[in-house]
Amino acid sequence: MIKIKNLTKKYGKITAVDDISLDVEKGEVFAFLGPNGAGKSTTIKMLTTLLKPTSGEIFLDGCNVAEDPNKTRRSFGIVFQDPSLDNELTAYENMQLHAILYGVPKKVYVERIAKLFRLVELDDRKDSFVKTFSGGMKRRLEIARGLLHTPTVLFLDEPTIGLDPQTRNHIWNYIKKLNEEENVTIFFTTHHMEEVERYGTKIAIIDHGKIIAQGTIKEIKERASVESLEDAFIKLTGKQIRAEAGDASKNMMRTSQKLMR
Amino acid sequence: MRTIYILWIRQLKRYIRKKATIIGSLGQPIIFLFVLGFGLSPIYAKAGGGDYIQFIAPGIIGMTVLFTSMFSGVEIIWDKQFGFLKETFVAPVSRLEIFIGKTLGGATVAIIQGCLVFLITLGAGFRPENLALIPVAFLFLVLISFLFSAFGNAVAARLDDMQGFPLIINFVIQPLFFLSGAIFPLKDLPVVLDFITKINPLSYGIDALRFALSANNIFPIWTSLGVLVGVSVVLVFVGVYQFSKVEL
Repeated sequence: MIKIKNLTKKYGKITAVDDISLDVEKGEVFAFLGPNGAGKSTTIKMLTTLLKPTSGEIFLDGCNVAEDPNKTRRSFGIVFQDPSLDNELTAYENMQLHAILYGVPKKVYVERIAKLFRLVELDDRKDSFVKTFSGGMKRRLEIARGLLHTPTVLFLDEPTIGLDPQTRNHIWNYIKKLNEEENVTIFFTTHHMEEVERYGTKIAIIDHGKIIAQGTIKEIKERASVESLEDAFIKLTGKQIRAEAGDASKNMMRTSQKLMR
Repeated sequence: MRTIYILWIRQLKRYIRKKATIIGSLGQPIIFLFVLGFGLSPIYAKAGGGDYIQFIAPGIIGMTVLFTSMFSGVEIIWDKQFGFLKETFVAPVSRLEIFIGKTLGGATVAIIQGCLVFLITLGAGFRPENLALIPVAFLFLVLISFLFSAFGNAVAARLDDMQGFPLIINFVIQPLFFLSGAIFPLKDLPVVLDFITKINPLSYGIDALRFALSANNIFPIWTSLGVLVGVSVVLVFVGVYQFSKVEL
């Protein structure tokens, strides 16, 4: 479903993603883990056509991402790490805009939007402005929006960041259900290891732009010879605290946006 | 087409929902109209120019459209900061459609503001010479709006910070406005000034408005039309190129 071959991204002298290769099969719930600044978001941005790789190839559902970006864009849905809704529009208007951008016919989207609103339990708030929503509601709306055009792959970049356990649980149950019932491939990043143990099928750990481990959760734990994934993660990536990559102002913005949720 | 439409309607909704901004942005043209209009009108009349309000009203309308459409580019920077631009950029739509949708959105807002200011000029005593030419004036209002909205978007495409954009835009807008013939006639000017006003696309826009509203133009109307359309096309190309280079 997702095939990454020798993918590299350089910003001047800094190598954010260094020659990584990955294979994700259809129907998997794939956890892409790593400390802050390891290259997770950069990889997701390349997978989703927002960044051009310096070298290497990506195939998504058989499509070459670099050669055929528009066809690729149809096949995936994404929930970004940072919010990406229009706060000045209502929830319904955000969904409708998405449907039209993806060329979903009106007959189909009216019904599908209603269904998705029920699924993420926002149908009573569909005509409220997004700026009045809590962080959890915005997240649910973004997930619903990412699914509107029936993608075959769903990218989730830290989907549960800043959410309470109830909302997290709710969102994950929904993602799991979607994965099982509609066979949507899930590719997600997170810092909550218990989420990975609970819902992930396979994982890859990236650090300093390189993949340092991949396999099933059991395999990773055995390799590190520890009991929990959290311990395995720390053993493999070290105890040092990382600075986030990128420029300071952007990070400030990111942090404040996370806090605003 | 549906992409262009939905991006256009989005911007209109955002505009209509911010009523305070609509009123607030009328402040500047009103000040210019009343201060310059009434302040300079005795001298202008003594110099044999006729009624200054008749002269300056199309200039003030042009100014409104220039400022509103250029500043609409800031929406792209907001969209970057609030993340919404990513949502449009991962969608299976061409950069051309996004650019045109955004430009038409900004242009429409500027057209509405321009029409509001036109009504205000009527209140200040401005009388169009020939009512039959009002549609021509409207056409040129559309062209000016589109041109400068495309300009603003092309500048905003590669900028990230919200403080930087107004500074850059002001740096561009001020000379465009003051050297356009909006507030003084482009006649018998020093050579350098004459040259600068002739390479300024806004000069042609305001002159065309003056043709339609005050029957007082210096460039042939077809020249003005050609310049505005030509520059717009170039700006669309530049803007789409800039958009294609955006990495988020």
